[in-house]
Amino acid sequence: MATLATAISTPRETAVETYNEDVVRWFAIATVFWGVVGFIVGTFIAFQLAFPVLNFDLEWTTFGRLRPVHTSAVIFAFGGNALLTTSLYVVQRTCRTSLFGGPWLATFLFWGYQLFIVMAATGYVAGITQSREYAEPEWYVDLWLTIVWVVYFIVFFGTILKRKEPHIYVANWFYLAFIVTVAMLHIVNNLAVPVSWLGAKSYSLFAGVQDALTQWWYGHNAVGFFLTAGFLGIMYYFVPKQAERPVYSYRLSIVHFWALIFLYIWAGPHHLHFTALPDWAQVLGMTFSVMLWMPSWGGMINGLMTLSGAWDKLRTDPVLRFLVVAVAFYGMSTFEGPLMSIRQVNALSHYTDWTVGHAHSGALGWVAFVTFGALYYLFPRLFKVKRLYSLQLVEWHFWIATLGIVLYVTSMWVSGIMQGLMWRSYDSLGFLQFSFVETVEAMHPFYVIRAFGGVLFTLGALVMVYNLYRTARGDIRAEEAMPVAAAVRVAPAE
Amino acid sequence: MSTLFQVLHQFWIVWLVALFVAIVAWTFWPSRKHRLERHARIPFEDEDRPDAR
Repeated sequence: MATLATAISTPRETAVETYNEDVVRWFAIATVFWGVVGFIVGTFIAFQLAFPVLNFDLEWTTFGRLRPVHTSAVIFAFGGNALLTTSLYVVQRTCRTSLFGGPWLATFLFWGYQLFIVMAATGYVAGITQSREYAEPEWYVDLWLTIVWVVYFIVFFGTILKRKEPHIYVANWFYLAFIVTVAMLHIVNNLAVPVSWLGAKSYSLFAGVQDALTQWWYGHNAVGFFLTAGFLGIMYYFVPKQAERPVYSYRLSIVHFWALIFLYIWAGPHHLHFTALPDWAQVLGMTFSVMLWMPSWGGMINGLMTLSGAWDKLRTDPVLRFLVVAVAFYGMSTFEGPLMSIRQVNALSHYTDWTVGHAHSGALGWVAFVTFGALYYLFPRLFKVKRLYSLQLVEWHFWIATLGIVLYVTSMWVSGIMQGLMWRSYDSLGFLQFSFVETVEAMHPFYVIRAFGGVLFTLGALVMVYNLYRTARGDIRAEEAMPVAAAVRVAPAE
Repeated sequence: MSTLFQVLHQFWIVWLVALFVAIVAWTFWPSRKHRLERHARIPFEDEDRPDAR
């Protein structure tokens, strides 16, 4: 077994088979680009909620049209490209073989996926939408994504089939589950009949409560398999690599995987508490959601305990800190989620900002942080340079972004619980104590705090862009050793 | 036969739980410990070229 250092310094020879890292490099750049776009749009619509004048009275710039631009940009453009980047890198490295299908299929995959993003986003701004949350693209975009996704499956699974390593490493299990399940969810939820051959409008195959359940079976498992299973694949490769020690327990990772697979798919009905969905289905969804604490803790323990014996690296390595804090946020938000799926808690939390805060503690803390960690790991390796341009800028990014998340999540907790309590306040005669607009007024200061949290998170990402750009150019910033390390050296003397 | 299938089908959650328990037992069976934990080393065995090693 060679160490990382010798692996990197080995000169590339053209005569032998090499990993396809060109496509990984493009996907990595696309991840950074769409991430910044998604964060900026998100921050802008946060300001729209605080200051409605920012809707500009134009149909193209209303919150209703820009909100799916934000969600799709961060989930499918930023998150999706991050998953494509890392999965195509990890599958080659852990199977010790190049991508199946050669450079052309990979190139099609890259441009095909970017075209999907552009078609979807431009459609939203123009008012073309299916009005299904996280599945807004209309039928023609859905068909295109289906083709691209099948190519993704062929490339990924083909690479696994021609692997030279006998065992399929667990990260690839998570990636494969993500690819297969998302294909199934996407196809079933988007079954629709176009109104005309050349028109954008279509109607869903489902109606009524069946339609709602199909949508939330899709919606929740998009969270479960896109934003959880896929990103756990990132965790299982990049946390061990950055910490330079194998995962805490490989056997736990197997149980983690199967627990997640067995349970997640049933949790969707918790989005439909107190609706026309039959009570037994609501309780079933709630029960399976609570059971999700099992894989949640399994994954968190496995990720965090990988550091056992090497906790000091958290002080000196900000890249590892991104990855590990992401795992901590994974634990926190997947603890909060099952709690909110309990009907009695949901009665308070549903339709309030608490849900928004919960989604963002997962999205910013887990998905984005684990992606940042992976990007900082990948850029020096993909661009064949010695190390990152600046570790101190990674420190700055980490603290600015963390502060942004704290502001975002805490303000939404307060705002959401206040909103829920105001909605259920009655006066002595049994009338509602507050009108709806009074709750909106009460939330204003928290909306401003939330928007400021978004500004910080976006600023942090811009610091990363600069750092990664200089890294790709091969620059190295002259830096003193971490000031933290000096302080620590003094401590034992006390 | 079809009635038997219907009865078995009713207890789907029991079969899935049994399958999951079997997976856990298989995974944590003491004699497999060494072999399974060795797989955790896979990310550290990569080279810059797939045909190296």
